[in-house]
Amino acid sequence: MTTFEAILLTIVTASTPLLIAALGELVTERSGVLNLGVEGMMVMGAACSFAAAVTFDSTLLGVAAGMLAGALMAALFALLVLGFAANQTGSGLALTILGLGLSGLIGAPFVGARRDPVAPVDIPGLSDIPIIGRLFFEQDLFVYASILLTVLVGLYLMRTRSGLTLRSIGENHTSANALGLPVWRVRFWAILFGGACAGLAGAYLALVYTRFWSPGMTAGRGWIALALVVFAAWRPGWVLVGAYIFGAATVLQLHAQAAQFGVPSQVLSAVPYLATIIALLLLSIRHGRAIGAPGSLGVPFVPDR
Amino acid sequence: MRFELTPRTNSPTVMRVFASVAAFITAFLIAGFVIWLMGRSPIAAFDVYVLQPLSDPWSLQELIVKATPMALIAIGLSYCFRANLWNIGAEGQYVIGAVLGGWLALRTHGTDAGAWVLPLMLLLGVIGGALWGLIPAFLKTRFGVNEILTSLMLVYVAQLILDYLVRGPWRDPKGFNFPQSVTFDPSATLHPILEGGRVHYGAVFAAIAVLVTAIVLGRTLFGYRLKLTGDAPRAARFAGFSSKATILAVFAISGGLAGLAGISEVSGQIGQLQPSISPGYGFTAITVAFLGRLNPIGILVASLVVALTFIGGESAQIMLKLPLDLTQAFQGILLLCVLAADAMVSYRIRFVTRGGGK
Repeated sequence: MTTFEAILLTIVTASTPLLIAALGELVTERSGVLNLGVEGMMVMGAACSFAAAVTFDSTLLGVAAGMLAGALMAALFALLVLGFAANQTGSGLALTILGLGLSGLIGAPFVGARRDPVAPVDIPGLSDIPIIGRLFFEQDLFVYASILLTVLVGLYLMRTRSGLTLRSIGENHTSANALGLPVWRVRFWAILFGGACAGLAGAYLALVYTRFWSPGMTAGRGWIALALVVFAAWRPGWVLVGAYIFGAATVLQLHAQAAQFGVPSQVLSAVPYLATIIALLLLSIRHGRAIGAPGSLGVPFVPDR
Repeated sequence: MRFELTPRTNSPTVMRVFASVAAFITAFLIAGFVIWLMGRSPIAAFDVYVLQPLSDPWSLQELIVKATPMALIAIGLSYCFRANLWNIGAEGQYVIGAVLGGWLALRTHGTDAGAWVLPLMLLLGVIGGALWGLIPAFLKTRFGVNEILTSLMLVYVAQLILDYLVRGPWRDPKGFNFPQSVTFDPSATLHPILEGGRVHYGAVFAAIAVLVTAIVLGRTLFGYRLKLTGDAPRAARFAGFSSKATILAVFAISGGLAGLAGISEVSGQIGQLQPSISPGYGFTAITVAFLGRLNPIGILVASLVVALTFIGGESAQIMLKLPLDLTQAFQGILLLCVLAADAMVSYRIRFVTRGGGK
């Protein structure tokens, strides 16, 4: 395998967790709820998946535990913002603070443990094609799943009745409620879906990307996933593009650090964060304010009577 | 059976205070449950976390030392949050304040610079924090970029800048290769209020910030303008208040106060620049601001309460071998409880049987 191929492969691995988490958040936001707790749900997913995978020596159980942890955190968020009509920004931040603390407690006994690599799934014949063969047809299951998820989320939102309901609730919850659409129920499931995706993204980080647990290992990826949703103007296809651009930026700065160009490593480490700001800026310059944002995004829903 | 929410038209102060206290008690009960799940005694933990620090004079001083930066930052954040603007990058503004103020301390190190150094350092701290805070504000007013994400991303950038400086150009050449600057000269040090005590003049700045904010928010047009911008942005525009000017102003204020907190901590408490100069004060201040219900006096009380969890957390780690992450988890639970309590104050919660309402 050439270095070039290796770099391309790591880009896929770096992009996948961003893609999965951002897709989940996209569905949540399309239903009109802003969950800023992605980072917290993701880091809980990482801690719980790693703990379960080591305890039961099973990647599958690890993934399940990660998704469950993310969904449980999301359920807590749903209780606050739907049940109590609490401030969504504050609740999301609280979820992140809680997740970072709680994951440290859960992960503490597993610091230093390692997992074996997850075997890639090789599609016979196709994976022998030079360069693109290994890139497209010899990845782990998560990568295929994340691409499939992008397609499914796109189809669900744009081509199904249920997706239409979700979008109309996100656009205007007052009208949707007047039409008799179940605002709370749809939002609850959308929040839970977002949490499960963030948990899955965390599981991927812990079980595939690093294969060990360290406190706060998500390192802002949850926030980057949030930025991706804005960057993608709330469209699944563009989330895929954005996730891969950011994955590439992350991997290339790591390689640049290893190559020692004489640039301080901190400058290169800042690249993903600065890239996020620049991406948001370019988008705003081109399209004006928050194009594609659901109308009721972030507004607590309290029905009139 | 389900419950429904009806907005309240008025919410008495007594109820607001009660809601904060109730939130705090609930958070303690949940944390006690978590500690019990971990196989430790919640009562012993409560003793170490709360009772012992409060009965020890050294800890009481430490309490004020830790509350100082959080109070300063949270007071600044209350300006933003009142106007419904989300500056969550106070941690970065704190760091840049410390960096810019610290630059002067290092620049004048070893010279016989006079008493002007310290005031200028503090001023630079305020300017540094304010400028760092103005970046997301400018991006928002000029280009409509979401301030939540930009202010947060700038936290990572600020931490990397500090990290680069103390490992690179600002490293103490005689420091055995440790990533830290030289120790500040006495002329660049914020001194304790009482000789031999631990509480430095940063606490006075926090007290002044509380007083000034109480007056500004309660008695001035600017305070009214913030409230109007937050509660009824359309009405604020009709009243001729420029939302752009408001955004820039509140970010400059909150950034400046965070910067002041940063330089005060470095010059009064740490005494040098090092890669980590905050245990997350900038993020915890968000909890403090909400726990204090965005009210200056409330924030002062809340900062002391949250400082207690930091000190309690440190002693619990030593005495009960409880991990330090428990403190952060508790702060998260506390913020969730406060937000839920907010709902109790803003809405009347009625339980209805199915069919009674929709």
